[in-house]
Amino acid sequence: MKIVACIKQVPDTEAEVKWDIPKGALNREGMDSVTNPFDEFALEEALLTKENYDGEIVAITMGPDKAADVLRNALALTVDSVYQLTDDAFAGSDTYATASVLAAAIKKIGDVDVVFCGKQSTDGNTGVVGAFLASILDFSQLTYVSKVRSIDEAGKKIIVERAIEGGTQVVEAKLPAVVSVIKGINEPRLPNLMGIRKASKIAIPQWTADDLGLDKGKVGAAGSSTKVVEIAVPPPRGAGEILKGELEDIATTVVDKLIDLKVIK
Amino acid sequence: MANDVWVYIEHKDGNASPMSFEILGIGKTLAKDLGSNVCAFVIGDSVDGIAKDAIAYGASKVYTVEDGVFKGFRADAYVKAAQTLIEKYKPEIALFRGTSQGSDMAAAAAAKLQTGLCADTIGLVIDGGKLKMTRAAFGGNFTVTVVNEKAQTQIATVRPKAFAMPEKDAAAQGEVVKESVSVSEDSLHTKVVEFIPSATSVNLVEADIIISGGRGVGKAESFTMLKELADLLGGAVGASRAAVDSDWISYDHQVGQTGKTVKPKIYIACGISGAIQHLAGMRTSDCIVAINKDADAPIFKNATIGVVGDINVFVPKLIEKFKAKLNK
Repeated sequence: MKIVACIKQVPDTEAEVKWDIPKGALNREGMDSVTNPFDEFALEEALLTKENYDGEIVAITMGPDKAADVLRNALALTVDSVYQLTDDAFAGSDTYATASVLAAAIKKIGDVDVVFCGKQSTDGNTGVVGAFLASILDFSQLTYVSKVRSIDEAGKKIIVERAIEGGTQVVEAKLPAVVSVIKGINEPRLPNLMGIRKASKIAIPQWTADDLGLDKGKVGAAGSSTKVVEIAVPPPRGAGEILKGELEDIATTVVDKLIDLKVIK
Repeated sequence: MANDVWVYIEHKDGNASPMSFEILGIGKTLAKDLGSNVCAFVIGDSVDGIAKDAIAYGASKVYTVEDGVFKGFRADAYVKAAQTLIEKYKPEIALFRGTSQGSDMAAAAAAKLQTGLCADTIGLVIDGGKLKMTRAAFGGNFTVTVVNEKAQTQIATVRPKAFAMPEKDAAAQGEVVKESVSVSEDSLHTKVVEFIPSATSVNLVEADIIISGGRGVGKAESFTMLKELADLLGGAVGASRAAVDSDWISYDHQVGQTGKTVKPKIYIACGISGAIQHLAGMRTSDCIVAINKDADAPIFKNATIGVVGDINVFVPKLIEKFKAKLNK
């Protein structure tokens, strides 16, 4: 079975976010970065799938030089190969342009059965790239997956559980499929020291727009139909009042204030 | 018509809830500013009732696609229908709710139409004849405004509760346009095997009242107390990442950057310190009550009402007093 894990480098949620305002994009170079937390679950699911069904894992990421770090981490976790999709022309890609680049890489890898990705990134937060990817590739679109029940490689079938509003939907789908996973689907493992040491010596192969056969006018800012025109800091919420006194009296005050809102029936 | 505003009406197996019609309200405002009409589109195996309700909630026209193949939501089948309709009528804007179904639909449809979209939108305005879409990024620390000048149809998903519910007028008149799109079962990738309803019936995203617990709750058993308060007030139980990672409560209750984004009328944060990752998921709640032992906890900077105290002492008092006041 051929498995692809899509992973993204994101700013550490504790890090100060720096914007390149004229470009309407993030200044990713100047920030502490980590693997997108949701992608750690995708990577782990890829590793578990390989262990359960045999196969090979290819991890891919799209991003500037520094994004190679997340692939090195994936190598330390013993994925079989990695590709960094990187080109100045990719900068400023919107959801569609991003998914187009990832789709081109998946086509180039070829004969892929399952693509795992995280439900969303913690920087862009759009949560739609997995669905875009499935739609572009015409793969089964399996989003919000909380459990992979079984994969039948010969029968080209996968059964998953999806955590959606109001409950769990069990879906049987044809392979190939894009599976975007939620937190809690597994417990991501940590790389061991030997893995890290080994990974540090491996050169990370890069694929550019040309390598992927992509028209530079159809990726990055040039190929994106959506464009950021304004970035703003929302006004702070502002602190309200801290109630003072005995907890007994405070409880009465809180109950009265909340009942006054006429929300509680 | 070419500059109409379309709103996708989601439903589950033919059942729409009032919230399914939520974004017809903002759709109508945008259509008014464009001098056009707000239209609904419904796909399913039995859609007449939903189409009628869409008119009652403000749609001047409803496009429907009805066929047995659309029984139960499947992205590939529904998107085929949506793509066909959008390519035929070329609306100016197509809006979807930012739910699992709405996001699946919007993304797959946008991909087929070869355009990006604005996800989880919290602001939509027409400015100089153009749509400006605003969304939160980085856990609400920034808002980003996006335009789409290239696509024939501009697509956005809209964060639940970001805009006011439209009024329902059962006497409203509108037209239903029945379209047919043929999708063969063989061409589809997916089949729904079963749906297992969740034991906790309240949908966190749609709840008006949420009682949330964090690290300060201290143990799984204390969530029973929060559940009691939630049940008493007709609310849902939320949690911070710390509580979920401690296995005190399941992930589907998690609020915050790696959980759900909620906007209830009342959010009671119990023993939650207020890390930015948690605030990201609840800072736009109408009234935030924070209860925490640590007077310096950052949650107090965002709370409407702050209480410095032990939740294991304070919450039982709240329960007792609510019971007395509400005669329960």
